This record gives sequence, structure tokens and C-alpha cells, in this order.
Amino acid sequence: MRGLEFKGLQSVEGPIIILERRENVGYGELARIRDRSGVVKVGRILEVSDSAVAVQVFGPTTGLSTEETSVEFLGKSLELRVSVDMLGRIYDGLGRPIDGYPEPFSSEFRDINGIPINPSARAYPQDFIQTGVSSIDGMNTLIRGQKLPIFSGSGLPHNRLAAQIIRQARLKTEESFVMVFAAMGVKYDVARFFIQTFEESGVLSNVVMFLSLADAPSIERLITPRCALTAAEYLAYEKNMHVLVVLTDMTNYCEALREISSIRGEIPSRKGYPGYLYSDLASLYERAGKVKTSTGSITQIPILTMPNDDISHPIPDLTGYITEGQIVLERELFQKGIYPPVAGLPSLSRLMKDGIGPGMTREDHKDLASQLFAAYSRTKQVRNLAAIIGEEELSTLDKNYLTFGDRFEREFLSQSETENRSIEQTLDLGWKVLTHLPREELYRIKEDLIEKYLPKTPIGR
Amino acid sequence: MVEGRIIRINGPIIQADGLARAGLYDVVEAGNLGLVGEIIRMNGDVATIQIYEDNTGMKVGERVLSHGEPLSVLLGPGLIGRIYDGIQRPLDELFQRTGFGIAPGVKTQPLDMERKWFFKPFCKKGDKLERGKPLGIVQETDYLQHPIYLPPNRNEGTLAEVCPEGTYSLTEPVARMGDGTELFLCHSWPVRNPRPYRERLGMEEPLLTGQRVIDVFFPISKGGTAAIPGGFGTGKTMTQHAIAKWCDADIIVYIGCGERGNEMTDVLREFPEIHDPRTGRSIMERTILIANTSNMPVAAREVSIYTGVTLAEYYRDMGYNVAIMADSTSRWAEALRELSGRLEEMPAEEGFPAYLPTRLAEFYERGGRVTTLEGKKGSITIIGAVSPPGGDFSEPVTQHTKRFIRCFWALDRDLANARHYPAISWIDSYSEYGEELRGFWEKVNADWAATRTEAMELLKREQRLAQIVKLIGPDALPDTSRLVLLCADMIKNGFLQQSAFDPVDMYSVPEKQVIILRLIMDFYNRALRIIRAGAPLLKLRSLSVIERIVRMKSQIPNEKLELVQEVKSLLDRELGDLEKEYKV
Repeated sequence: MRGLEFKGLQSVEGPIIILERRENVGYGELARIRDRSGVVKVGRILEVSDSAVAVQVFGPTTGLSTEETSVEFLGKSLELRVSVDMLGRIYDGLGRPIDGYPEPFSSEFRDINGIPINPSARAYPQDFIQTGVSSIDGMNTLIRGQKLPIFSGSGLPHNRLAAQIIRQARLKTEESFVMVFAAMGVKYDVARFFIQTFEESGVLSNVVMFLSLADAPSIERLITPRCALTAAEYLAYEKNMHVLVVLTDMTNYCEALREISSIRGEIPSRKGYPGYLYSDLASLYERAGKVKTSTGSITQIPILTMPNDDISHPIPDLTGYITEGQIVLERELFQKGIYPPVAGLPSLSRLMKDGIGPGMTREDHKDLASQLFAAYSRTKQVRNLAAIIGEEELSTLDKNYLTFGDRFEREFLSQSETENRSIEQTLDLGWKVLTHLPREELYRIKEDLIEKYLPKTPIGR
Repeated sequence: MVEGRIIRINGPIIQADGLARAGLYDVVEAGNLGLVGEIIRMNGDVATIQIYEDNTGMKVGERVLSHGEPLSVLLGPGLIGRIYDGIQRPLDELFQRTGFGIAPGVKTQPLDMERKWFFKPFCKKGDKLERGKPLGIVQETDYLQHPIYLPPNRNEGTLAEVCPEGTYSLTEPVARMGDGTELFLCHSWPVRNPRPYRERLGMEEPLLTGQRVIDVFFPISKGGTAAIPGGFGTGKTMTQHAIAKWCDADIIVYIGCGERGNEMTDVLREFPEIHDPRTGRSIMERTILIANTSNMPVAAREVSIYTGVTLAEYYRDMGYNVAIMADSTSRWAEALRELSGRLEEMPAEEGFPAYLPTRLAEFYERGGRVTTLEGKKGSITIIGAVSPPGGDFSEPVTQHTKRFIRCFWALDRDLANARHYPAISWIDSYSEYGEELRGFWEKVNADWAATRTEAMELLKREQRLAQIVKLIGPDALPDTSRLVLLCADMIKNGFLQQSAFDPVDMYSVPEKQVIILRLIMDFYNRALRIIRAGAPLLKLRSLSVIERIVRMKSQIPNEKLELVQEVKSLLDRELGDLEKEYKV
């Protein structure tokens, strides 16, 4: 009960404490725990029964004694104080300011769990976002209101790519974005890198940051993305802003979830992750989108590192089932020195079909992208063949494909971190690399488009 | 009414005591908000209840009410075109009432109780109303007749009163039985009980989907069951959308079970714009959506499948052909797993409960083609998407599903990566309905069975050759083998691949499907003879007819099949010249 502290616990096990049940304890609500030296921690009620309450503590439980600890039940679930003044501020993983300033002046609170968006209240996302990155704009277009994760591996430049997207993302209408950035279990230097990026591009005052770094208690990571998305929802759906949310690194979030699940003694499913990993991830990712009652939007770019570069690992696998596509980074391209190393074939944007074409990007975009995919896929086959029989033995057409693949990677995919290409530049580049193929190989493009856009002075032939 | 008290809360599973007189699977109102729940286990006076709404903030000691009724749906005119959640709460109306979020504890009526329907009685006072005899009829939409029957869970008897022709709302009785029971235009039915029918029938009629790879190679019958397994990004949802749009069922029940919210929005946005090629009406006028997206309460996801199939049975009983798209049954199985875990049951494979196969069987067996109580023929076709973790088909849900379906449309990662859609693998997929449907197809085109077998053989040979090509390159093969590769490519690009966005290609009538395939096979057979007579492959490869054949799918509209003649005569001319040259 609010204002009353109860002394004494029954047991402490890792981040979970169990105490005798008191009146008025609601499932999922918040508890405040004071240890023997008076330090206060926050916890959430996991289970209530007639005789006992289980509380999950967000913070270290080191030094918690069963007799000297007191608990207060707050009678509400975890809430975030929201205000437009959150922009430009830095919070910890539980939503408390850590930049030395007091909380923004506001009496509005929002439950960090949000409420599920009614599917019939959603507006279908179809506005093209220009990221200035050819591999994304041309091949895996990002749409406003989409959730498009970056699947990466350790050592790959996912943070640099995310930073570049943040710096360059523009809408055709020139409306601008505000950013919500959540770091879960990443090292300080990574957080520092993002802060610096925001500073350098002068957007720091448009960013809300939630940092739960690697040394913070792992359980805090379960709260961090929810705080971030609550802030994003407030800005988007109540203040009509366009919000770009970057969540990094979702793998750490899932690890924390597994840790808690195993402490609670739940039956594991694949690789020890709890059976509800899918639903839990969905409760985060599905908070992206647009609703009919507001003009704002939430675009999500979660970043995750695939353990051992394995895309079938439960974390990327379940993420891929929920998100609307994925940008996959490939180690082989990275080793060739290509930045950004966006893998051509496994990357996909599901919402692309509705956001490109005449009036949105350019009339040739759909056909061109489809042709580039098809040709690059053929290139991959030819490369495998060449590895076995040697390049000399290949037919002329196959050799054309090799040249095309090479140009595609070096000219189209590859660009510098500061290069901001317009969509027209990206598409023109696409046509340019296609000149390395004979014209009759362009079977996925309509005749009139070839006539109009294929460079007349053949570059490749 | 029985009242109990909550004694334990563990996520969506709670326990309450004092419910000794409540029954298993009774629906309850739990907590101060009156959240909808269902009793799933009884032990003494303690009931274990699963809650279908978000129960954060629920407290021990709050009350639980049971009305002694199982979880039911309301069936009556006005279902068509609506979008419901897993427990039949209308999402469109919830949006009007509570804004964009789904708040727990909101009570709504599934059907518009105020709306007046024009009812035309077929019976009069004193008639005996038997099961399956229509009491009257309501025109639900412009082209959908909605007969009103005696609800199958009511007793037969003599009609004491029948209201005259006129408009009635769902709250006004339209007839009274001799024993005093009033009959309305709607009634409720427990979702976990299959609705009765007279007898089951064979499945000789195909469900035409307009998708060439399905209709010709892996056809499904009306009343059949199919699974679409595939990893993420292979196009399960796209395939289901395409079938929902173009198949020749009268009613579509689309169950979005644990999937993306935007996919349902996409249906809501797109379906009203698309017109059924057979009736000319918007296809939303034949569609009911059940949406329990991945972020909505998990227990309601479990029940959404049953809600969907009960609505389907209701329309089947009127003699309609209904098709259910369940996307995805894996998410449903995961909901079972999650709830089973919270119940602390002993898990079987990968944490799934041991009763997973039983539940899958129960679900798929509610499909089928039947004679209804009235004597009409109706069917439910069930097409379930399966999302195997890591795209690995050996996992429990795919394996158990395979036991209860007869059509397996396996989606292939490599095809999807090359943007070959629909990415239905012609190697791993199968259909057991081929023989049953032979009669139908032979009427369309006498060559169907032969063409299909020939083409399949060609694709199988191509697959074997592809192994060799991977090692030594195509140039080392003899010309006859390279012709196989060429023609297999023609089948892939000109027949199997089908664009969901091309206005001509998105839907193919059966005649067009067989014609294209037959033409490719004719080309192959004649070309093979020419090559055997000594012509080099190059001569054949450079023929312009190849491109014409490959582009037929998007250049010849369904209603102008006579244009095929042009391609045929081009084929005759070009191959004829070569045949003359090489004296075939």
C-alpha cells in the first residue's frame, strides 16, 4: 500500500525476491525496495498468490537481507513522466534523468507497457524515407512507420550505419524527425559514439536518450526499450511528431529476458529462451507504426547482433517474423572493404512495394530493384560456379554477370559514411551498373522504362 | 451465477476459489474490470482461469463471476465485412469508442443490435420447425442470402407464432416456439463445439485460387486442408492474401493470429478496393477478419482460431463454400505453449504441450465438405500458415500439421531470395487432391493430367541437372540437357512465377493456366526432336517465340484467351521453319 513499508522478505534469489502477501497488491505493479543501508531500488510484481508476492528487482540485489529489507507497494505500474521537454535529455535505463538536470516539468505520466494498438486504428505506412544510403533506398526502402531491424554480427559496422541513417533520414516533404535512442547493455564507447554523432550533426536537442550500459544490472534492460517507446508514443501519437527510434542491442535485451526466465524456473523453449520470447519481442516491435488519430509516426530501427552470424538463431529469427523486413549485414562484403556491407539477397523491406513508384520515388524504381535483385542472385550462382571450374571456363554471359556483380558491390552498394545520395542518384547508379549486362537480360524491366532510363552510351559494353 | 475470489495471479493465468459450482470452460468475468476469461481447470473449488485481456493491476481478493455458459460467439446477419479480435469484440467499434489502443474491460456487442434487417418468413404459425428447415431469410449483403434456421442447440417443435415479413433488429424476436422459446435473427454458439451437419462428402470440386503453381501442380479441393510453411520473408502472408483475394469461395474468414498489426491494416485498406472477378463485388463483402495480433493478449490468440472456424461453420451451414486463412498456426501453437508453461504442465517436444497434435487435429477436422442439415452442400477449406523457427521443417508444429493436412505448399528460402514469388517449392510441396480433382480438370482441358505430369518430370530432371551444372557449368552438358534447362526456365519465369501486383498476371483462370503450360511443353517436345535431328541449341534459343511464351502470363488477359492463337502460330511458324531445315 502506498506510504506503508513492510519489513522482511521470505527469500532472495538473484533479481527475484519473495515476501509475504499484503493487501492491495496488483499484478504487474511497482514496488519500492529499501535495503539495510537505505538504498532504494525499484521492482515489479511478477506473481501474486494468497500467501506470497514475487517481485522482480531492477537493480543489484547484492546485500539484500531477508530481515532488514523493507518494501513499499506503489499501487501503480511503472510509469514514465512525459513531456516535449524530454527532447535533448539523457535518461538511465529506468527512465531517470542522468544528465544532471531535474526531471522535465510535467504532471503527465504514461504506463511504460503501453497498450496494444487496435489494428483497425492503424494507418498503413506508405511514405518513403530517404536515408541517402543506396542499398537501403534503392533495394530495401525504409517507410515511415515501419519497423526495419539491422541484423548484424559482432565487429560489423552496424552502429556506423545506424548513425548515418539518423543523420541523413529525410522525407520527401522535408518534414523532419525527432529521435529516441535506447541503448541496452552496450559499452560506454558505443553510447559515446552515438552522442558524438548527434552532437556533430546538431540534432542533440532533438534526441531523447535512454542509456542502460553494459555495467548496469541486466534486468534494467527489460525496462529500457519500454521507456524509450513510451516516450516515442507520447511524441508521435499525442504531439504529432515523426519519431525515429533506434534500439541497440536487442540481443542484450533477449539475454536479459532469458536470464530472468531461467531464475524463475520457467520451461525453456529453443536455446534456453523462454517460450514467450516472440510475444515479448512483439510487444516492443509492434509499438511502431501510424495511427489514424494522429499525424505522427514511429519508425523503428532495432539493431541486433546475430550470435555467431547465425540468422536462424532465435533472436534474429523471431525478430524477422515480427518486423517488416530486415537489413542484413554480411561479413564477406565487409572483408572486401565494402561499406555499408548490406547483404543483397537476404535483406528485405516488406513495406517497400507501397512506398515506391511514380509520385513517391520514381516510376522505374520497382522494376529496377527487382532486376537488380534477380541479376545479383544470378551473380552469386555464377561466382559459385567460377570457384569450381575457374573464371576462364565461364560463358561470356556469365562473365558479364561477374562484372556486373563486382560493379554493383563497388559502385552501387558501396558509399562513404558521409555520402548522402538522393533517390534519383541511387536509381541512376542502378541503371549504370546494369549496363554491364546485355539488354535482353533485363527481363524484369518494362521495355519503355529501359528505353527511357538505360544510359545510351553504354558504359559496360 | 457463481461468485468466486481470486487467490493467485501469474500473468494471464489466475486462480480463484469458491467456484465449485462453475463448470470447465465456463466463461467468467474476472476482477473489478470484469475481464473476460475462461475456466480451463477445476480442482476442488479452485478454478484455473485464462484471461483474454491484459490484467495488469489485478489484485488477489477481487471477485470472479461465472454465468455458467461456455465461451461463445454471436452468430447472425452483419458479420460480413467486420473485423473482430480473438473473442469477437468488434475492433472497428472499439476504435470509435476508446481510441487507438485496446483498453481492457470494454464491453461491446459483436453485432449491430440496432440495425434493422429485412426478414422474409418461409414458415407460418402451426408449422413444425425442424432442424435445418429455414424459418425465413435475410438479405445480408447485396449478393449474400442469409437463411435463418432453428439454432442447432434448440429443440425442434411447432411454431406458435411467426412475425410477418418486415424489418427487425437482432433484439426483436421473429418467431415463438410452442414451448415458449423465442427465436431471433441471431443466436450464440460455443466456439469449442463443432456445429452439426448431416454427413461428410467427398471433395471432387477444386478451390480455384487463380495461382498457377497451386491450381495446376498442387491443387486443393473445396473442403480440403493445406499448410503453407515457410521461414520469415518467404511470402506466407502474401500467398494467403493472394488466395483470399482470388479464390472462388463464397466467404473468406481471415484469422490474423499472432501476426503483424499492419498486415491486418493492409487487408482493411486493400480488400475493399478489389473486385471479385466472378461477382464484380468488392471482396470485403465476402470477408470476415479475426485479428489477434502478436502484441494482443496471448490467451485470446489461442481462442481466435476457434472463433474463426465457428463463424466459418455458421456460413457453411447455409450451404456456402467458406475458406479460412489462418496466419499463423505456429503463433497459435506458441500461445498453447505459453499457457501450458504457466499451468506448469509437463512439456513434450521443444516445450510444446503433449496435446498439441490433438488440438491441431481438432482444428483441421472442422474443415471439410458436408451436406448441411438443410440438405445443401457447403464446405470449409482451411489453409494454415506455419512459421517454423529458423525455417526448419522438422520442428514439431510443421511435423504434426503435416499429419492432418493433405496439401503442403512449402515455401523456399532460395526462391524468395531470388524474388521468385510465390516461392512455393515444386520439389518439396505436394497435394493429395490431384486424383480427386482429375475429373474437374479434364473437363477444362483434356490434356491437364498429361501436361502436368510432363512438366513436373521436366522440372525434376532440371533439378538433377542443376546439381551437375553447379559442378561443371552448363556448357559442358549436351544440347538435349541444356534444352531441359532452357524449358525449365521458361516454366519458372513464364508459369510458376506470378506477380501479385501485375493487373493481368495476379489471377489466372484455369483455361489460361493449362494453355500456357501446354504451349511450353509443346515447344519442348518439338525442340527436342529438332535438336536430335542435329540443330544446335543456339538456333532454338534465339527464337523470338520464347519471349512471347514467357510474357503470355502478363500479356494475355483472362477474358481474351483467343490471343493465344497468335503465339501458337508464331510457334508453328518458327519451329516449322527449323523442322523443315533439319527434316524432322
